[in-house]
Amino acid sequence: MLSLWRKIRRTGRVAEPAPSQPSEELSVAAELGGSVQIRHVDAGSCNGCEVEIGSAFGPVYDAERYGARLVASPRHADALLVTGPVTRNMAEPLRRTYEALPEPKFVVAVGDCARNCGVFAEAYGVTGAVRDVVPVDVEIAGCPPRPEEIVEGLRKLTGR
Amino acid sequence: MNALGVIGGVLQFVLVVAGSPFLVGVMRQVRARLEGRAGAGIGQPWRDLRKLLRKESITPRGTSEVFRIAPLVLVATTVVVAIVAPFVTTASAVDSVADLFAVVALLALGTVALALAGLDTGTAFGGMGASREMTIIALVEPTLLVSIFALSVRVGSTNLGAIVTSTLQDPARVISPVSLLAAVALVVVIIAETGRLPVDNPSTHLELTMVHEAMILEYAGRDLGLVEWASAMRLTAFLGLLANLFVPWGIATAATPVALLAGVAAFVIKVVLLGVLLSAGEVFLAKLRLFRVPELLAGSFLLSLLAVTASFFLAQPH
Amino acid sequence: MNLVHAGLGAAVAVGVLSALLALITPRRLRLVPVGVGTVLVGAFGVLAGAVAVAGQAYSVEIPALLPLFGVSFAVDALSGLFLVVTGGVAIAVAVYGIGYARHGLDGRGVQAVLPLFVLAMLLVPAAASVGTFLVCWELMALTSLVLVLAEHQQRDTVAVAGRWYAVMTHLGMVAILIGLLVLVAHSADDSFPALRAAATNLSPVVANVVFVLTLVGFTSKAGILPLHAWLPRAHPEAPSHVSALMSAAMVNLGIYGIARVGFDLLGGGPRWWWLLVLVLGALSAVYGILQAAMSSDLKRLLGNSTTENMGLVLVGVGAAGLFASAGDDVLAGVALSAALLHVINHAAFKTLLFLSAGSVLHATGSRDLDALGGLRAGMPVTTWGFGLGALAASALPPGTAFVSEWLLLQALIHGLPASGAATAIVMPVAVAAVALTAGLAVATFVKAFGVGFLARPRSSAAANATESPVSMLAGMGLAAVACVTLALVPSVVLPAVGSASTMTLGTAQPAVSGQVTLQLNGVAGALSPLLLTVALLVVSVVLVGAVRLIAARRARRTARLWDCGAGPLSPRMEYTATSFAEPLQRVFDDVVQPEQDIDVTHHQESSYLVQAVEYRQRVPDRLERRLYEPVLRLITAWGSVARRLATGSVHRYLGYGFYTVCGLLILLVVIR
Repeated sequence: MLSLWRKIRRTGRVAEPAPSQPSEELSVAAELGGSVQIRHVDAGSCNGCEVEIGSAFGPVYDAERYGARLVASPRHADALLVTGPVTRNMAEPLRRTYEALPEPKFVVAVGDCARNCGVFAEAYGVTGAVRDVVPVDVEIAGCPPRPEEIVEGLRKLTGR
Repeated sequence: MNALGVIGGVLQFVLVVAGSPFLVGVMRQVRARLEGRAGAGIGQPWRDLRKLLRKESITPRGTSEVFRIAPLVLVATTVVVAIVAPFVTTASAVDSVADLFAVVALLALGTVALALAGLDTGTAFGGMGASREMTIIALVEPTLLVSIFALSVRVGSTNLGAIVTSTLQDPARVISPVSLLAAVALVVVIIAETGRLPVDNPSTHLELTMVHEAMILEYAGRDLGLVEWASAMRLTAFLGLLANLFVPWGIATAATPVALLAGVAAFVIKVVLLGVLLSAGEVFLAKLRLFRVPELLAGSFLLSLLAVTASFFLAQPH
Repeated sequence: MNLVHAGLGAAVAVGVLSALLALITPRRLRLVPVGVGTVLVGAFGVLAGAVAVAGQAYSVEIPALLPLFGVSFAVDALSGLFLVVTGGVAIAVAVYGIGYARHGLDGRGVQAVLPLFVLAMLLVPAAASVGTFLVCWELMALTSLVLVLAEHQQRDTVAVAGRWYAVMTHLGMVAILIGLLVLVAHSADDSFPALRAAATNLSPVVANVVFVLTLVGFTSKAGILPLHAWLPRAHPEAPSHVSALMSAAMVNLGIYGIARVGFDLLGGGPRWWWLLVLVLGALSAVYGILQAAMSSDLKRLLGNSTTENMGLVLVGVGAAGLFASAGDDVLAGVALSAALLHVINHAAFKTLLFLSAGSVLHATGSRDLDALGGLRAGMPVTTWGFGLGALAASALPPGTAFVSEWLLLQALIHGLPASGAATAIVMPVAVAAVALTAGLAVATFVKAFGVGFLARPRSSAAANATESPVSMLAGMGLAAVACVTLALVPSVVLPAVGSASTMTLGTAQPAVSGQVTLQLNGVAGALSPLLLTVALLVVSVVLVGAVRLIAARRARRTARLWDCGAGPLSPRMEYTATSFAEPLQRVFDDVVQPEQDIDVTHHQESSYLVQAVEYRQRVPDRLERRLYEPVLRLITAWGSVARRLATGSVHRYLGYGFYTVCGLLILLVVIR
């Protein structure tokens, strides 16, 4: 326990200084008022984006400081964070998850696969991009997108 | 019902209702800083609540009124406790409700309402959360009762205000074995009751490890806002009770502005201090396996039993 | 004209008349007159009791009625209280019984015995001589036995339960008989006043023998450890309204007996009597609620909860005796008032709970919580009734048990070093036991209500359940009104409780007073259940208004249950009563010691492939294992030894006779 305490003191703050606020804020998201609870849905991803989402919410990039937080149930969430091309088996669950969200609700498509199926385009098991299944509000490009880009995309929703 | 009690009741109501989200904010901020993060600021829980109150509520198909009323019962019981318990003043707005048994039972009633709501959904997670929460409360409620009884035996009254007043008059009691044993037992059960580490992880996403969160998985919007608000208020109320039962100094005993101001300041400082300690302690702990939790609680029950036995032996006949 | 006399007389007349009426009317027309008759018997009982509690003394002797010792009745405040409780329960049960007639419950025997059972329960507390008391007690035992056996043609388990009940209640009766006869042997005659007079110069040994023997008998009636084994068997197997009568009224008479013999006839006693009572009570409370928490049979759960509540009452009685023997009249008054108030409260909510359980049984044919669920849709009134009863039973505000348990705890924590080291050890343990009971009761009744009535139906019977007939609902309604009244304004019964406890203990003033706020007299303590409820309601209303004001006006939406996006959730995925209680059972593993066995069947082709896994778990009554089985084994062994003597040969039997006569003659010769 003492060693942990020493480690905490030695490490100090690891969060990088906050970059300036992105210029374009989603006007529809103003109702959220700086608080966005997020439910993550893996619609068929290779887990590359998951690793980056993990570090976006880790200490270094600390997405939580802008008011974004991952939650356990879509009922608690304001936004879906969807990764991967939507596979046939995940199309219906994704739709249901979207329906389970209380209004107002948003969808963030993370990664090239979620935007346009990426390398999996036209594959036999893929239904399509996220926007083919549920309406998408924010898209974050990259394969996988860097944590900064994910944080920046989320800040469009939180407005902070 | 006197002037001090009424003013105190109003002050406590405002403090607990408006202040409890800030307490949660402070605790999250402390944790964030210890983890090397920047943190969302102490106002974030308030932003969350404001947003949740704006969102729509959802009634899952196949649930009944129990599901809809439960958040209301949870908040109402907590607010009544916040008004009557001795937080800012020793007098109570409704003195005949400020009884230890009543306060503990009111807080338990809120938990029961939520557990019934969890069962009402008929989902596996709801039932799981309810079952676990009831197992915990079946051990927590007796410990709470017995440990506060240990304090009330020598006072000769179960009125919380009377217990606090008597500690004010006789400060040496705070370091008696009775107080120390009861304090340790109370800390353990408060951790369990408010769902903090190592009993329950308030920020878990893994359904199988959930206790409190599993019961409220179906709540959305306004309902969820009420539940979260109530959780914050319960945390404040429990920490306030812990603080004032053992370190009551600063609490207002007269209805003068200075005394009341001092009472408010003392309450805020004590509760925030306890909150900071609690969240700092959590950084060093991992969650216990669910079936180790009862051992912890049984241990605290034993401590409280020792406390009450000690109080019977140490008490002077009066 | 003496109203007690009139009330009791009318009750006897109406009771006998309804029994006769049941015998002669045809099946179709039988239920209503018997129901109305039983209601009247109950009502006259309430009248007689209420008048007696208000202060009208009454006693009568009818020497001609029974040969040898005659019959004598007397009603004082303590008897009056129990008359009121029994009568009140009988009214609700009788109204309910008019509609509760399936499985041949409208048969001649059952319907004729029901009013007699109520009558017997009214006469027991009114009896004023040992002879009368024992006759009424036996009448009560026999009539209840007939009622327990009412459904013996439907289920085999009824006969087993009946056997247990018959044996244990009669062993208890024998203990009471011997105890009281020992007392009578030392007094002028068998009337209670004579016994009271004789008790003042009774030798301690005799007094101890009398108290212990009667305690054994009375605790076996009240379902107290270790003589509780019949209770969780007989109460579930009896028809539900009979269970209500037994659980809410009959068991109380065990408490009455202890109070009557211990406090009144023997005039208090040494401290260890009451320590024994208190410890038995505390053990029963914890053990009973633990068994209830593990139980998934709705009526068995309620039966175990009766053991728990009678245990709490005995804690109060024991504490009252302890304080009285230490000369602390104020605390003794508080403790006995708590006990008596809990008797009343328990009667109210247990009636409601058993009647609701009967309604469920009536609609679904099942009392297995694992197979119920979702009843709120088809049976809203029953659900509300059971919910109210569960709230009352779990010692949460605004419920009835909350008030009496508060009072009980007040008595315990004020029991300071007034009476030395024994108290200093026993009181904390008693406080802990009561607190543990309160916590476990919450879990138990959340399970019973949440799993049984909320959630989704786990069987087709539960899914298709429909509400019960009006008279059953009316009976439940009466009990529910009593529950709500007792929870909000317990002051309506406080005078009765006060006068009963002052009379029993011989103290000057009642221990608890007040209208809105219950105020203890002599020690600090105040609680207002009414203000508490009002505060909760006001805060709720303000809250609803405030949320309307500040929250956005988005309409509430109905959506499908969150099933993680996958297929629909089936009722098989729900938590059942067994799974709900599993964590608690693990916690108390050492105490309850559940038995599990797992059968794994493999495919014939390969032992690596599992065909089926069967898992069975049973939570046996451990005390029963430890205490009863050795005794039963001993009796069986005796029986088989005796069987060796009885070979069936007539010559041998003649030989036994011959040798016995010879032996006796030789003995006579030797003695003379």
